[in-house]
Parts: sequence; structure tokens; C-alpha cells
Amino acid sequence: MDELKMAPCGCQSKAPARPAAEKGVLRHLLVGAASLAVWFVLYGQLLPFSHWFTYSLLGLEQGGHLGAAIQFFVYDTPKVLMLLVLVVYAVGVLRSFVTVNWTRSVLAGRRESAGNVLAALLGVVTPFCSCSAVPLFIGFMTAGIPLGVTFSFLIAAPMVNEIALVLLYGLLGWKVAALYFATGILIAVVAGWVLGRLKLENHVEDWVREIRAGEAAQDGPMTWPRRFDYALDSVRDIVGRVWKFVVLGIAAGAAIHGYVPEGRLAVVMGGDAWWSVPLSVLMGIPMYTNAAGIIPVVEALLGKGAALGTVLAFMMSVIALSFPEMVILRKVLKPRLIAVFIAVVGAGILVVGYLFNAVI
Amino acid sequence: MKILVMGPGCPKCEQAEKTVREAVAEAGVQADIEKVKDFQEIAKYGIFSTPAVVIDGEVKVVGKAPSKKEVLGWLG
Repeated sequence: MDELKMAPCGCQSKAPARPAAEKGVLRHLLVGAASLAVWFVLYGQLLPFSHWFTYSLLGLEQGGHLGAAIQFFVYDTPKVLMLLVLVVYAVGVLRSFVTVNWTRSVLAGRRESAGNVLAALLGVVTPFCSCSAVPLFIGFMTAGIPLGVTFSFLIAAPMVNEIALVLLYGLLGWKVAALYFATGILIAVVAGWVLGRLKLENHVEDWVREIRAGEAAQDGPMTWPRRFDYALDSVRDIVGRVWKFVVLGIAAGAAIHGYVPEGRLAVVMGGDAWWSVPLSVLMGIPMYTNAAGIIPVVEALLGKGAALGTVLAFMMSVIALSFPEMVILRKVLKPRLIAVFIAVVGAGILVVGYLFNAVI
Repeated sequence: MKILVMGPGCPKCEQAEKTVREAVAEAGVQADIEKVKDFQEIAKYGIFSTPAVVIDGEVKVVGKAPSKKEVLGWLG
């Protein structure tokens, strides 16, 4: 997003005159509208196509294991990928407004509580990759943003993201997606607030507390054609990166669908086994995959008798408490603070798991 | 010309460095390219998101690997 600090000299490329920029916007909008229409037509054909493909073209019998698995795969893979392209594009346009510097300036000077909520929500939309966690942490610290508020951001950013929400919506429906969004934000807010209350500032590595940061670098001017280009780039980048995981995940999910007997998992991951939630959280911590790989498997597990709370807890633990991210955060946080961080977030996930198992 | 590519060493930072090197070679300009991994040094420039590219002390891009075309524009 911030690529735009072009050299002031316009000698190389002709400085874009205003009419050219407007023409760019118009062209983008026309192409966008046409693509959207094609998208909807295609999307509507996916289900009939998958039935035709599986039961007519391949001639598999309805209700058989193999047929169920193949139909699931042929329907869900393009569906999820198409949803992903659409949503990542829309979020890309949104993200061209929300830079790390902007978020930093919005959060600077906020008190806790309101700051925690805002940080968690901004964590969802601010472009952020976990390898950028250290510079971001430094940026937040030097802006005087309270530690707890910074944590709310750092918890929400990986846990609640557009990829997870698209996959949950596509595979499990909007209710589960909304539930995930709400509880993810809630955990980020509450865990960040609790961590703030614990007064752990002196467990931040000393060099971070002594650091002197320069004036925040300027984000370049942004124009609409550039926002569209930025969104297109993020589609290329994100979908290009996660499509393999989506396909693999759905293939694994399809296999579970077709072959694991109904109710088989109820004993291990069902709501009655009290230990299933903590076990899922513990199992999730060392596992490292992204939302794209884990959700199709989660969906299949649910269909076989696993309880929603247990499965959500597992998924949150896998995405939010990952070992590689702890290694990165270790550079700025002392071990004790890392341990408290894992404990507080883990406890939040645990509560959510039990809550859903009890309610649903 | 002095070009700094800032980043702790994630895939995107590698990509940014590669793009910058390619662009410099293509433009045929004389430039000293340095990779900066020190967080203190990165923070000094007011950069809180990586990768970032700084040319002659001026921050050109933050939080994203630039395209070759962009880099060529800065070199020109």
C-alpha cells in the first residue's frame, strides 16, 4: 500500500494527468462489474456441475462413499477459491486505506478498554504478516500504545482474518463465521486487557524499551487506480499462496467425509468428553498451518460428531498460538511474558470452547 | 546511490532485495545495496512494517515488496 512514494521527478514516466487517472477508475469499475457478473453466474452453476460431474459423467452411485467424497471436492474447491478471490479483493481495497502507520497513529494515545476493542478490530484489517511482528511491536511501543492494547492487536491479527472467515462461511455457513469473528475479537480484547492489568512492562526485552524510533515514515499518496492495483496484487499474492492449502485441506476433508463413519469422532472430540477442549488447545499450539489448510478438515470433523466448541478451540489454538510466532515474539518479550501470553490466550480459547459445547 | 533493504529475513524481504538487485542491474546504475536486519536501525527510519526500501535516506516503500517497475521508477 505504501509503495507510492514515487520520486518527485516526473522525467521517467509522464506524470499521470488527472483525466488519465479518472479513465483508469472508469475502466477498473467496468471490468470489475463485468467480472462480478461472470463470478455470480459461475458460482450459481457450481452445485449442479458437481452433481453432473460425479453422478452423470463419472457414473458413480448416489450415496456411495467415493461419490460423496468426489462430489464434495468438486463442489467445495472452486466454491471456496471463488469466494476467496472476491473477498480478498474487497479486503485489499479496504487495506489500501489502513496502513500500519495509520493504525499506529489511531491507537496512539488511546486508553485501555476502548483501545483494546479498537486494536482487535484494526488487527483484522491492517495488512500484517507475522514476520513483521517485531517492527510493529517497536512501532506501537514507541508511540506509547499500552502493552495490553498492543497484545489485543497481535492476538486478533492472525486469529481473525479474511481467509479464515471466507472458509468458515463457505464450508460451515455464516452463523459459524459470525460466531468465530465475534469470539475471536472477544478473546483478543479480554486477553489484551488482562495482560495489560498484569503490569508486565518490565518483561519486555530491555533493548526494546530503550529504543529510539524516528518519525514515522510517510505513506505515499494513494489514488483509486492504485488501490485497485493493490487489491489485485493482494489477490495474486494471497490466493497464489493459499490455494494449495485449500485444495489439500478440502481433499483431506473429502476423504474424511466419504470414509470416516458418522459419529466415530464423538468419543474423542464430542461435547461430552470434558477433556476434549483442553486437549484440542494443547494439540493446536505446536501445529502450524494457516486457516486455509485447517478449516476444511475442521468442517469434515464436525460432520462426524465432533463438537463445535472443541473444533473451534482447536482451530483458534492452531492459528493464534503458533510456535513460529512465539519464536518471533521472543525477540521482544522475555520468556515469562511469552508464557503468560500463551496462558491467557489459551485460557480464553478454552472458555470459548466450553461455552459453545454447552450452548450448542 | 545507497539503497537499504530493511527486513529481518522473511520471504518477502528476500523478494524485496532480489527485486532491487535486478532493477539496479537492469538500470545499469551504480548503487550500493545493503540489507538491514537490525531492528534498532530499522526503527530509526520510522519503519514499523517490513520489508521496506530506503534510497539515499528517503523511505520509498514500507510493508510490501515493491515491483521491479516501481524500483526502476525510483532509480531513474
